[in-house]
Amino acid sequence: MTKMNMLQAINNALDTAMAANERVLCFGEDVGVFGGVFRATSNLQQKYGKARCFNTPLVEQGIIGFANGLAAQGSVPVAEIQFADYIFPAFDQIVNESAKFRYRSGDLFNVGGLTIRAPYGGGIAGGLYHSQSPEAYFAHTPGLKIVVPRNPHQAKGLLLGAIHDPNPTLFFEPKRLYRASVGEVPDEDYRLPLGEAEVLKEGTDITVLGWGAQMEVIEHAVEMAEKEGISCEVIDLRTILPWDVETVANSVLKTGRLVVTHEAPLTGGFAGEIAATIQERCFLYLESPIARVTGMDTPFPLVLEKEHLPNHLKVYEAIRSSVEF
Amino acid sequence: MTTTKSKVVYSPVFTDGAEFRIPTFKLLKQDGSLYKGAKAPKLDKEKALRIYRSMVTTRILDERMLAAQRQGRLSFYMQCTGEEAAVIGSTAALDDADMIMAQYREQGSLVYRGFTIDEFMNQLFGNELDYGKGRQMPVHYGSSKLNYMTISSPLATQIPQATGYAYGQKMAGEGHCTITYFGEGAASEGDFHAALNMAAVHRVPVIFLCRNNGYAISTPAAEQFAADGVAPRAYGYKMDVIRVDGNDILAMYEATRAARSLAVEHNRPVLIEAMSYRLAAHSSSDDPSGYRSKDEEAVWREKDPILRMRLWLESKKWWSEDDEKQLQENMRREVLETMKRAQKRPPPPLDSLVSDVYDEVPPALADQFEKLKAHIRRHPDAYPKSAEHAKGGA
Repeated sequence: MTKMNMLQAINNALDTAMAANERVLCFGEDVGVFGGVFRATSNLQQKYGKARCFNTPLVEQGIIGFANGLAAQGSVPVAEIQFADYIFPAFDQIVNESAKFRYRSGDLFNVGGLTIRAPYGGGIAGGLYHSQSPEAYFAHTPGLKIVVPRNPHQAKGLLLGAIHDPNPTLFFEPKRLYRASVGEVPDEDYRLPLGEAEVLKEGTDITVLGWGAQMEVIEHAVEMAEKEGISCEVIDLRTILPWDVETVANSVLKTGRLVVTHEAPLTGGFAGEIAATIQERCFLYLESPIARVTGMDTPFPLVLEKEHLPNHLKVYEAIRSSVEF
Repeated sequence: MTTTKSKVVYSPVFTDGAEFRIPTFKLLKQDGSLYKGAKAPKLDKEKALRIYRSMVTTRILDERMLAAQRQGRLSFYMQCTGEEAAVIGSTAALDDADMIMAQYREQGSLVYRGFTIDEFMNQLFGNELDYGKGRQMPVHYGSSKLNYMTISSPLATQIPQATGYAYGQKMAGEGHCTITYFGEGAASEGDFHAALNMAAVHRVPVIFLCRNNGYAISTPAAEQFAADGVAPRAYGYKMDVIRVDGNDILAMYEATRAARSLAVEHNRPVLIEAMSYRLAAHSSSDDPSGYRSKDEEAVWREKDPILRMRLWLESKKWWSEDDEKQLQENMRREVLETMKRAQKRPPPPLDSLVSDVYDEVPPALADQFEKLKAHIRRHPDAYPKSAEHAKGGA
């Protein structure tokens, strides 16, 4: 075990994967000698050479197109998009190519080796274009997996899980926690399962569900609620697509209440999908409407980002309202 | 920091690149003789005939399948007609283990590599033997054993993928390269520029083969770009480039052979611009009479690449009137017979609807599938293709 922040854990996961398999390659804008603008790929070029860890030209559609080709060839590319806000030039390559490669070829070809890493989320005074949470756009695309870690231990295990998963995977990293989140991380190669949510805390009155940086927000909100005697069950969804319906439904069958929270805007956000599925599965057990605590339906603001974000107070209020419904 | 050692001037001097006029490489005249001073590439009789038979087979397949589409037997079709030399000449210059990442009009490459007429028909009719399991429209072929990447409809997406694939080949160090085909219209897409730039920067063994066939559906090349074709763009990326008469089988072969050597032996990516003409409509859904004249088409019909090669073969006594007659008859018969066979085969099984989305069917999708099967069991008459398959399961 070593104490690491999330960036160090991600760097350690990449190092572990590259050491174990020479076909693992890391590339993206500024990823080479500089180690990425957040330093997630620090020292990898020095350790594994320029052929395996390198800068690309500044062209996201090219980075993912290139990565798709590499993965189809049998390599294991880990492509970095510098900010999730800048992933959209690659939308076509991800949605029309990565996601459909296996299906359209009848499994003659696949890009299962592909992992796309991108820092996402707000809270760093990043304004419109360094703050977005684009997971819902991609969650509408069968063929992709989408993973979001909440802390360093999860980040290493889930990233190694994503790199070894035989499907193209988007790995969104909560950049607000890059240095803020610190914890013990095993030194060895370990892989956490994709598609499985984790119950972090059992409770009986209400289920509170989130992923990534929202888990820290949920933790604070739940502390406040529990002081008032509300017993909360906390779940980290971890994988957005395909998501773990069973774990969430079983929890809500028990608690009868659900709050879902994410930073992305309300309308079309992934909380809507969860709410629709859970009301189907748990209709007669629900004690209150499923609540969504999310960013507002605006572009991501700058000066008023605190007002915009679904912070612990807003989550706490939603818990209270649900219980008092 | 720039890598260009630039001369300094003290007044605003603009340049428009007009000094870069790219020549066209030709070897074979339309009468089947070589241009004066031109030297035929080393091409033995066996290989020359493999190329020629592939061109004729492609032409016949295209004619018959367009007719089948017109008869309503097929939903859609796209012809390679007029561009057989550009496609097959370049493929023939590669190693059969090199990867091909095509656009959608390069069935000639597959014919050359040995894709059987049965394999074509199974895809065109989307039957149970289609490798793509009936998921894609006709002409979206793929073959892993022939190193031909399955076609996807979005234009130009294959171009940066080819750069990536070839980077992987370079890493593997087995001396293979990738060729990617696209039209002059697709070369306007961002993916084209991304791909060429990345290939040049990372010194990737990839050949970019632009089929400049004059039209992107109805849009003529003159409305696609102001420059002298697509070729000059290579200068901007510091990439080797050659423009070739795309209807000249010998020039296409020789240019691609030399390009492959640059790519594989020197890690130099190459852009080849093959000047040709799309004699057929864009697809079976298109009618060229709305945007170009019969006279224009007639000029290009005179430049038929297949006839040109046939005359060359005949001049070498490698091919005769009888050979031609026999090949034409055999191919027409084979195409008709296999078409009948493929059309009769059942569709892919119902579970191909949900397989291959992921390596395994996720639980939520498995639920959706069970619900669908139950629905089909309640309404078997509404789903004649799958009622039988829906009988199993919960």
